[in-house]
Amino acid sequence: MIDAGTVTADPVNETVTPVDVAIVGAGPAGLAAAVTCARAGLRVCLIDRGTSLGGQYWRQPAASPDFLQSLVAREAPVSGPGRGPVHPRDLRHLHHDLATFDALRERVGEALHAGLVDLRLRTQVWTAVVTDAAVVTDAPGGTDAPGPAADGAAVVDLHVLGPAGVAGVVRARRLVIATGAHDIGLPFPGWDLPGVMTIGGIQALLKSSDVVPGRRVALGGTGPFLLPVATGLAARGVEVVGVFEANAPTGWWPHLSTVVRNPDRLREGLAYAATLARRRVPFRPRTMIVEAHGHDRVEAVSVCRLDRAGRPGLESVVRHDVDAVGIGWGFSPILDLAVTLRCATRLGDNGFAVVAVDSEQRSSVPMVLVAGEPTGVGGAALALAEGELAGHVVVADLTDPVGTTARSRRTGQRLRTVRRDVVRLRSFATAMHAAHPIPPGWAAAVRRETTVCRCEEVDAATVLEAVAAGADTARQVKQLTRAGMGWCQGRTCEPACALLAAGAAQQTTREKAPLAGPVGASALAGDTERLVAQPVSLGALADLLPRSSSQPSHDQ
Amino acid sequence: MAADASPFEVLCNILLSIAPMARGRGVITRSEKGERMGRVVVIGAGIVGAACTWYAAHAGWEVVLVDRGRPGAGTTSRGEGNLLVSDKGDGPELDLMRLSRRLWLELGDHLGRDRLELDEKGGLVVATSDAGLAGLRTFAAGQRAAGVDAIDVATAGDLRRLEPLLSDRLPGGVLYPEDLQVQPVLAADALVAGARQRGASTRFGVEVEGAVTSGGRLTGVRLVGGEVLGADAVVNAAGTWGGEVGVRLGAPIPVLPRRGFILVTEPVGPLVRHKVYTAEYVDNVASNDAALQTSTVVESTRGGTILIGASRERVGYDAGMSPKVVARLAAGAVEIFPFLRRVDLLRVYRGFRPYCPDHLPVIGPDPRVPGVIHACGHEGAGIGLAAATGYLVARYLDGGPMPDEVPVSAFVPDRFAEVSV
Repeated sequence: MIDAGTVTADPVNETVTPVDVAIVGAGPAGLAAAVTCARAGLRVCLIDRGTSLGGQYWRQPAASPDFLQSLVAREAPVSGPGRGPVHPRDLRHLHHDLATFDALRERVGEALHAGLVDLRLRTQVWTAVVTDAAVVTDAPGGTDAPGPAADGAAVVDLHVLGPAGVAGVVRARRLVIATGAHDIGLPFPGWDLPGVMTIGGIQALLKSSDVVPGRRVALGGTGPFLLPVATGLAARGVEVVGVFEANAPTGWWPHLSTVVRNPDRLREGLAYAATLARRRVPFRPRTMIVEAHGHDRVEAVSVCRLDRAGRPGLESVVRHDVDAVGIGWGFSPILDLAVTLRCATRLGDNGFAVVAVDSEQRSSVPMVLVAGEPTGVGGAALALAEGELAGHVVVADLTDPVGTTARSRRTGQRLRTVRRDVVRLRSFATAMHAAHPIPPGWAAAVRRETTVCRCEEVDAATVLEAVAAGADTARQVKQLTRAGMGWCQGRTCEPACALLAAGAAQQTTREKAPLAGPVGASALAGDTERLVAQPVSLGALADLLPRSSSQPSHDQ
Repeated sequence: MAADASPFEVLCNILLSIAPMARGRGVITRSEKGERMGRVVVIGAGIVGAACTWYAAHAGWEVVLVDRGRPGAGTTSRGEGNLLVSDKGDGPELDLMRLSRRLWLELGDHLGRDRLELDEKGGLVVATSDAGLAGLRTFAAGQRAAGVDAIDVATAGDLRRLEPLLSDRLPGGVLYPEDLQVQPVLAADALVAGARQRGASTRFGVEVEGAVTSGGRLTGVRLVGGEVLGADAVVNAAGTWGGEVGVRLGAPIPVLPRRGFILVTEPVGPLVRHKVYTAEYVDNVASNDAALQTSTVVESTRGGTILIGASRERVGYDAGMSPKVVARLAAGAVEIFPFLRRVDLLRVYRGFRPYCPDHLPVIGPDPRVPGVIHACGHEGAGIGLAAATGYLVARYLDGGPMPDEVPVSAFVPDRFAEVSV
């Protein structure tokens, strides 16, 4: 009847930019990797969705349009030790280790100046494909070779989406994924009221806009990140009615030797504790915010103690009047790009999936290295070390695969140091996860009508029904309930769905083998699939085709 | 037959295999069973395996449904959930589909239409050129002669009365009110849950390694790890992996993967009322070409997202992403629904249709290993044909009678003469 217009040649009509290494994420890990690679003379493409460098950790106020120029021109700082609009002096105290950031940013500026770095801000990777050389040479966009594929090895094609829409393909011989993490907010009654935020959201508001969420704030969840948020708010004159930490500092005792081997981390923690004490911020271990009350926005929270087994004592709650709440149950790595590229995952220390990497930050996919939180949440110091390590590995791969030159001997020394740092900081991260597990009873306060997935408006009863029917992974829950199918693609609710599903799985096996330790969303690993890493408009996709081939032919 | 079998074994096998093939005889005769019905292992918990489990359990069989993964997690979760008569010309598949349609409506009444998201939305096939419209009309006339409800939509204006957001540049189309849609994972889940109430049990995360036979007759299946599940019959409902399961059971059938991508948009509400697709789809479904083919299929879901298909290519189990295919599907969709230009793509599903060389499913007892019944190879029509497939499998288990309106011989595995053990 009708010919479908079969097209044999690749019709995708995108400009291809060949580079040695593409780095996705310009936070601590990505910056460290980029600087290491650029210093060795590699052509680097550094991609970040934000408007400036630093990622979430060194989050900057929205950059002015001349941000890039100022970086290239290496202008003198406008005021004090800061650099004009990049981080005004009165926000510097919110940051940690800004000297490192300033140094990295300066190096990136130099590399930009030398034309070694192609910096793409406000840019996202909507999908990525590993392509082998045979296919690459056939692709119409690949004619601007001699590209990186000239040595016959496979390359990674990153299909990017810039501020003006689809922005072609970055074709890289090596990819470093440094996409960071977002914080976990677990559902509880009232968590969808205006005024209830994640502590990461509060910190981002402070760092980017110097805005505080309210005058009286309660913070709850678990983990060290509660502390800088509390001190940051307190320094702004916000009354922090309490830091409600689900675990006790005594959870660190078994890991004392690890703590001692990481004196910087210990000093950091003690400094926050001292600040909290000085500002008279109550720190309440083994407590949990179990409900937020209010009509149009949050007006109060209910807090209760947790017993030794991590279950909240709901019969004795204390009410605090507040006008904002911050919740943080730790972090969940952003794996979209790694999952799109089908990098193997494993269970991280906190029970959530992380990308499996070897001692050189290499993933299961050749050419793809991963650094920072996606390999396991561990904080900025670890991310810096992993980023630098990944950078050195890429440099060795691309400039000196046999490792015989004088330079490689020099960097060998540095490499050993960085690798030692990674191991030491990783052990600290493991201790941190062990000391700050999500308590097994976290869901005790969740009611049947509590919303779990906000995008698709799926309540807890629906999720628990699916779990009771046998769904034991977040994907199964999603397929039966639509939880996680909405705009955020499960970024908010997937941890909760996975924990609910895994919790039920644990309960069914408890008689046989009681599970000790933290609840784990073990079923999450290896069960996700994401071919599109970021949303992209259908019109932008359609425009990738040359006009003629988008019209099927209708020859009889 | 195995090349190293003695002539005596070959003769025994032939005699044993003929017996259950005789019309009116089941896998196990009533006298052998006495009052107790036999035990059936169904391999594959996709929509077809779920339907086989449901119908067999309702026929009184003790069913064990096994899957190496999780229920409905394979091809079942990668489709639109189409129950289409519109894409089928006069022939055995149309007959099977019409039986299946009736059964799906019954299942909907039994299990709850909302639970399955069963929607009698109707299909609207649009032509993108005058020549295409002429071809579509000829095709529809043939279907009408076979009893399909196919209504000519004469003008662009008529099309837009049915689908207000369609492009005004389309010359016309054909409306098929009988086309249905279900949400496949929910439907599979509901069928398995219903079967459980009838005594069926499930084993997920286990993989079948081979058949256990005695005297040429199947007595069970062996799982990886060594456990044996005793069975009087085993149903191969492994979908795209039915070829591999067939090999393991000693009854290979030619099922190959045919890759397809489906685009899922952000939720925008029920802006597309029917399943709308272009006339090229019918030809692509019937094509044997291994190269990439795309046609445009657009429909809304209960969740407010819009699903966009359909691509077909034979690239083995290549699980990678193809920006080229995704771009072509997007271009096709915005051509017939211009409003989609501004809508965001959120997800892409990639699935592998179980493809047989003659595009017909394999449903029926395997003469080479008595006790094995195949129920796979439905290509892109597995959701639609699942109900009838489950029904036929239950009839084969019972020893008939087979429904008169379906030429069941068109689907039996015997038709693949060239495939040998």
